[in-house]
Amino acid sequence: MAVDINIMVGGEAGQGVQAAGFIIAKALARYGLSVFADQDYESRVRGGHNFFRIRAGDGKVGAISEEVDILLALDQLSVDLHKGEVSSDGVIIFDSDKTNVGPGKRALGLPLERTAIETAKNKQSANTVALGAAMAVIGYDVAALKSVVLDYFGTGESGPANADAAARGYEASRAGSRWGIAKQASPASAQKRMMLNGNEAIAVGALAAGCKFVSAYPMTPSTTIMEYMAGKADELGIVVVQPEDEISAINMIIGAAYAGVRSMTATSGGGFCLMVEGLGLAGMTETPIVVLNAQRAGPAIGLPTRTEQGDLLFALHASHGDFPRVVLAPANVEDAFWLTVKAFNLADEYQVPVIVLTDQYLASSYATAEGFDLSKVQIKRGQLLSEGDPSKPEHYKRYEITASGISPRAFPMQSAAPVVADSDEHNEEGHMIEDAETRAAMMMKRQRKLEGLKKEISGPRTHGPPQADITLVGWGSTLGALREVVDTAAQHGLSVNLVHFAEIWPFPTEAANMALRGARRTFAVEGNPTAQFARVLRTEMGHQVSGAILKFDGRPLTPAYILAQLRKEVA
Amino acid sequence: MVNIADYAGGQPAWCPGCGNFAILNAMKKALVDLALEPHKVLMVSGIGQAGKLPHYTKGNVLNVLHGRTLPAAAGAKIANPGLTVIAVGGDGDGYGEGGNHFLHSVRRNHDITYLVHNNQVYALTKGQASPTSDVGFVSKTTPHGASTMLNSLAVAIAAGGTFVARGFSGDPDHLAELIKSGIRHRGFALIEVLQPCVSFNHRNTNAWYKERAYKLEGTSHQAGDRFAAMQKSQEWGDRIPIGVLYRQERPTFEDEFPVLAKGPLVKQAMDPAQVSALLDEFM
Repeated sequence: MAVDINIMVGGEAGQGVQAAGFIIAKALARYGLSVFADQDYESRVRGGHNFFRIRAGDGKVGAISEEVDILLALDQLSVDLHKGEVSSDGVIIFDSDKTNVGPGKRALGLPLERTAIETAKNKQSANTVALGAAMAVIGYDVAALKSVVLDYFGTGESGPANADAAARGYEASRAGSRWGIAKQASPASAQKRMMLNGNEAIAVGALAAGCKFVSAYPMTPSTTIMEYMAGKADELGIVVVQPEDEISAINMIIGAAYAGVRSMTATSGGGFCLMVEGLGLAGMTETPIVVLNAQRAGPAIGLPTRTEQGDLLFALHASHGDFPRVVLAPANVEDAFWLTVKAFNLADEYQVPVIVLTDQYLASSYATAEGFDLSKVQIKRGQLLSEGDPSKPEHYKRYEITASGISPRAFPMQSAAPVVADSDEHNEEGHMIEDAETRAAMMMKRQRKLEGLKKEISGPRTHGPPQADITLVGWGSTLGALREVVDTAAQHGLSVNLVHFAEIWPFPTEAANMALRGARRTFAVEGNPTAQFARVLRTEMGHQVSGAILKFDGRPLTPAYILAQLRKEVA
Repeated sequence: MVNIADYAGGQPAWCPGCGNFAILNAMKKALVDLALEPHKVLMVSGIGQAGKLPHYTKGNVLNVLHGRTLPAAAGAKIANPGLTVIAVGGDGDGYGEGGNHFLHSVRRNHDITYLVHNNQVYALTKGQASPTSDVGFVSKTTPHGASTMLNSLAVAIAAGGTFVARGFSGDPDHLAELIKSGIRHRGFALIEVLQPCVSFNHRNTNAWYKERAYKLEGTSHQAGDRFAAMQKSQEWGDRIPIGVLYRQERPTFEDEFPVLAKGPLVKQAMDPAQVSALLDEFM
């Protein structure tokens, strides 16, 4: 990439780190750059240390760089902690009245808070002043920044005031024009792009798919999904409920889905633990539900605001007994949208619970995306007893035994046919039974759905040269980082390609075999300590990886980290 | 025209003499009296002997997990408020395993009717103490006797209940009337039904209840008076009141959602193009 700009905004919780990071990311997106931004925040409301990293480039940006070109330090701690990450020609923008940078790095000191008080009458706008300064350092004008600031703060008093603050920061920085960074370049295009995070993409995907009912209990990092949907509920004609706990959440959506409405819940690992019993109920009653688990570092409370890919095997096996399920793990915001749509379709068509596994990294990272073509969103509800069908009501069998294992669904009050669903083992009519023969027949009927489901699952993505010395294997949110490793490996004398899974269960054995055939050395790259996906490869296709690059410190896998570990492995 | 034969169902697997038979008959009578057709009624039940009830009649049935009747019933009601939703479970199911759901479903005032078969014992698992067992009730799991019993009706009144009633399986006509009132009530109707367990509760027998139960109808009790209701809920001993202890009108949970005023969720169109404006907001 000719343009590859890396910005970090650092400060205390409450200083507007998130707002500042979001605004400059969006401003860069408005210059036509591809943007990726992640958030690192603590489990607290005020104080501590948070940062927001933004990477913008003229190629597709899918991961964060560990090197920073511009550090916007809103407090002293941000300088102390991150000075070492600033590149040789990078710049630290700091408040010259409050913060001391010391020698060793180029530093642009401005009276950020004083300027904020002069312009916006609020020291809180220090972050906006710093953003103006950053735009000057990058070498762009301030127009896009001001437009985003106005969108963000609104056209009341605070919008124009903050736009003034941004302009003052910009002018002050330009006055010392020697601050440019080497990577600056003119924008690729002025075309508007969407910028959204993983949770937003999931929420919009669910709404596009016709989800009408959400019941969820707040849990970081999933909460913004229910918040977003609740905010749009009246406009879109949906109901969002915050019940007493996650057990209630999953049982509510089972009730609503039974009654015929597309329904979902969203949680993180700890909440998912409480939903496990309900997951089995959906499996047994063949009720279509979508369960979103935005993974965070576990077990127990773990690191509430930090990322991990630790729930894979749990999601594959959660609940007692056997029943078919689907597990999807979106790789990026585009996947988050499209796989959510797919989740609702598979749930309805196969009458199974579908688990969508994201993680804190994908959930709260922003990325630019080409628009989602809504004309391509298909709503497939599967086999339904047609509305008011008078031919069948009296002998409707909710669990009719069929070759595909799928029994046509009916909704209560759709016709005169009562719909009987049971958590006990049951007969075709849905009434509880005890006999061995019916039990076995029903278990086989449910399991047969896996045969059809397996055909619906897309195989892994591949990237890089068809033949390479090393094949990296990953899943879920790591795609962007892994692609970058593949693209830059040659510079480090390594021959690397990638096989990456976003659709995990039922495991696409055939496609996985094709993709891994001829691989010389395979390395699993995962955000957990036990290489959980490597275990799936072993059990499902007998593939033994040569090694694993693992990270479980709550921080995302970055290209630099993966590459460094890989070089150690092959040294 | 709906008649009792429309509600004929499978052969019950209950013990002879079980109070459940009378409760089942009272429910059928109530549904017939209200001229509700079976396909417009949804019975959501938990696990335990009471939870089997929907299998022995006719209508839509969602037989869920132990203790989880109320969330499932609430979800179905929100999806299709046109359904008459009746949740059915026992004392262990509703007040033990489902205690948290009970508290919050009462508070939210979902428009459903909840029948709690209270035999003061776990019957399906063969005789352990329940949250409503009498103090000192000795069972295999409580050799030193059960702890203080949960006053479920007092809890329901305190939690913001809008219809709190107690029936008795030994008076099925009175119970049928209570069920009818509960179904007609807009909001969460709790109807706890005292019933003997002929196999595992030899203390609170049919005769024991019969001696003590007296009807609130015809007394000076004012069901609209919350403090009087709370006082009545404390009566448990030589005399046990049956009937409506408390009744109040307030908006239901479903009333809080403007979208439901436009018709049931299940009938509303699904159109991906609806989100087009949302995508623009991300530009």
